[in-house]
Amino acid sequence: MDSVTLTVNDKAYHVAAAPDQPLLWILREELQLTGTKYGCGEGQCGACTVMLDGKAVRSCVTPLSAAAGKKVTTIEGLANNGSLHSVQQAFLSQEAFQCGYCTSGMILSAVALLSTNRNPSDAEIMHAMNGNICRCGTYPRILAAVRNAADVAQKVK
Amino acid sequence: MNSDLDIQFTNELRQQEVGAGLHHFDLERRDFLKLFSGGVLICLCSTRSPAQESGRTRSAHELPKDIAAWLRILDDGHVTVFTGKVEVGQNIRTSLAQQVSEELRTSVESISLIMGDTKQVPWDAGTFGSRTTPTMGPQLRTMAVAARDLLVNMAASAWKVDASTLVAADGRVRDPKSGKSISYGELARGQKMVKVIEGDPSFTPASQWKVAGQPIPKVDGPDFVTGKHEYASDIHLPGMLHGKVLRPSGFNATLTSLDDSVAKKMAAVTVVRDGNFVGVTAPSTWSAEKAIQALKAEWKVPPQISSRELFAYLTANADKSKAEVADATGSISEGMAKADVKVSQTYTVAYIQHAPLEPRAAVAEWQGDKLTVWTGTQRPFAVRDELAVAFRISPENVRVVMPDTGSAYGGKHTGDAAIEAARLARSAGKPVKVVWTREEEFTWAYFRPAGVIEITSGAQRNGTITAWEYHNSNSGPAAIGVPYNIPNKLIQFHPTDSPPLRQGSYRGLAATANHFARESHMDELAHAVNMDPLQFRLKNITDERLRAVFEAVAEKAQWGKQKSSANHGFGLAGGFEKGGHIATIAEIELRSDKSVRVMRVIEAFECGAIVNPDGLRNQIEGSIMMGVGGALFESIDFGNGRILNAHFSQYRVPRFNDMPKVEAVLVDRKDQLSAGAGETPIVGVAPAIANAIFAASGERLRAMPLLRRGVMSNVHSTRNS
Repeated sequence: MDSVTLTVNDKAYHVAAAPDQPLLWILREELQLTGTKYGCGEGQCGACTVMLDGKAVRSCVTPLSAAAGKKVTTIEGLANNGSLHSVQQAFLSQEAFQCGYCTSGMILSAVALLSTNRNPSDAEIMHAMNGNICRCGTYPRILAAVRNAADVAQKVK
Repeated sequence: MNSDLDIQFTNELRQQEVGAGLHHFDLERRDFLKLFSGGVLICLCSTRSPAQESGRTRSAHELPKDIAAWLRILDDGHVTVFTGKVEVGQNIRTSLAQQVSEELRTSVESISLIMGDTKQVPWDAGTFGSRTTPTMGPQLRTMAVAARDLLVNMAASAWKVDASTLVAADGRVRDPKSGKSISYGELARGQKMVKVIEGDPSFTPASQWKVAGQPIPKVDGPDFVTGKHEYASDIHLPGMLHGKVLRPSGFNATLTSLDDSVAKKMAAVTVVRDGNFVGVTAPSTWSAEKAIQALKAEWKVPPQISSRELFAYLTANADKSKAEVADATGSISEGMAKADVKVSQTYTVAYIQHAPLEPRAAVAEWQGDKLTVWTGTQRPFAVRDELAVAFRISPENVRVVMPDTGSAYGGKHTGDAAIEAARLARSAGKPVKVVWTREEEFTWAYFRPAGVIEITSGAQRNGTITAWEYHNSNSGPAAIGVPYNIPNKLIQFHPTDSPPLRQGSYRGLAATANHFARESHMDELAHAVNMDPLQFRLKNITDERLRAVFEAVAEKAQWGKQKSSANHGFGLAGGFEKGGHIATIAEIELRSDKSVRVMRVIEAFECGAIVNPDGLRNQIEGSIMMGVGGALFESIDFGNGRILNAHFSQYRVPRFNDMPKVEAVLVDRKDQLSAGAGETPIVGVAPAIANAIFAASGERLRAMPLLRRGVMSNVHSTRNS
């Protein structure tokens, strides 16, 4: 079996696994980073969203080979020395979750959006986040949280 | 025991039952009977649990009377509370802690809840029916009051003063006279406190609440934004294998042949066969999936009906002779004779799926004949008993642990994944994790029952309703009654003996179907007598709490100020269920391609004294979002024993771009007991939208979902104007 080198949350890993195996299972089962969730296995719900070189991808349909040599960021890698990322903080402040199962994917999608668009309109947020499902229906709060995180970032700037 | 409560609970429990379990291992019936004479599970729940749940009544049930069994105070002042209720996103871990905090006079932060661990918590029927707030709330408050009294008395005897002169606050007992004070932890140190609860405790009235009634943030909230929270599907045990089950090619299939030669040769793969059950274990999810794909199986699937024939089937198979009469008052024929207008219509509701984002998941570990399973379920004790039956072991030897779970909505009553994981783990001799795929979840879980509802009614030109005849086939009796003042009524539920799909509980049960039919029909009647739909309802309402929410929502939405026009409509609906009073107004836009956009939903909700207003708001918002899916587009498509849209790419659920502007109006009645709020806020959404579509288009849609492939279609609608 091939060995693939991955950088996850700034840490290098050598993973011996089939190159077509989805990144999701590598993260969850090889690296024990279970904050990234399985929701559908076909890139339709966004629960498995991680960032690959800063871009949001669905890890359930991203083969391990596509992540080789790239920088993977998962929910576990967002906080800095115990201090929450502004998007995490905004989700917490707005209580933008119920069961929380979609939250990791939502936060990663939002972080990826805000890294390329610092001040998105509501329509832009909804467009960027439309691939993420929250069955509990906390969409209004998530929208408010992303808006809030963007506003905080604007003020800091 | 209170017999009304008993009947109510038995009824409720019956409605929560799920048809037909998935697994029947090759057990002989007499073995089953030897261990469980008399179908223990349901009988036990239905006859004894209300006493257990109310916590006031002594009964034959083995009630833990030791205060430590419900609530423990450690010597550092930390309070552990034990409850069989479980957290699936409805936020009861927080709201129950608030109620304990309120009565015990200690901070929310010092309280932890152990929930749904069958080895640690008192028996509980399950988390459903919006019962946590009205039953477990008072139960835990009772325990907290008793604990507080005990602590105060301990301090009083230590200080040799009258207990009534002491004050409990902030986790301490104080003597205002001497200025002495001692913490709960110090009082508890080295003690074994036992207190038997006698009589009704006096609760702190809601008007004096300091912690309950506040928007306390979700307990453990940071764990959910950092990925730290461990769901059942995240649990990892040393040496654990991953399991998958081979699914039949259709429902009710029989396995006729199996070639597992390729799978068996795969590295570290084990194939398990037990009757119709075939599963594999492997070192990873990926390799287990590969092994399942390598199995060559042939199944014999009996012919089965398709969704196209569904409603005709349900009507034909509704056993009219077994009709359950919910209400029979006066005479329908006399009532109809007095009517100036008569309306007779049929409404239908499709099968839909809960689609909880975390699918069914379980990790099972055997130690000898002792079994521990971590799984996401609303009924840990029922799953424990399912496991005991499946493996012919005593329930005493089974422990089910329920980590806070990735939602359920009534869809996780059964122990399917738990049984599968345990079956595979028994063969593997190692712990096994089973996580269902989305396709499995859409196919092998169970569904909200479809239904056909026929209503015939009569009204006078002045808006007085004279007769109401109502028949619900298959969807269920929840909220089947009519909250309007009607002298002549016949209301019946007709169960179907053999529904085409496995069906069971869903958020609100049949209250959504019955509200859809009733509130759509009320709208039709209002138009038939040329009255404003709000005025028509208010004229026929006697329940003041229901009137109050209609008035509250009308005021917030400024009902009647903006008239519906072509392509832009306002619709109203409301009702009462599970202690909650609800009124909903929807505003929709009808686009030129006949698609419908729900622009705004305003909902007034009253569930007695509010325990956590932000948690309540979250539930209302979420119910509205979920309700939009069932109202507009969710529908299970099936045929020949298969689900034909078992993927999120084929089964549309609400997404960001379906989101209306949502406004919740909370009506706080501090003079009323707190009721649950996880379900009832969903019931008004579909009829409000349907009525708004009528207001905009003049087309009356009487089938849920209202749209076909995202647009209005004439197939299921009738032009009324």
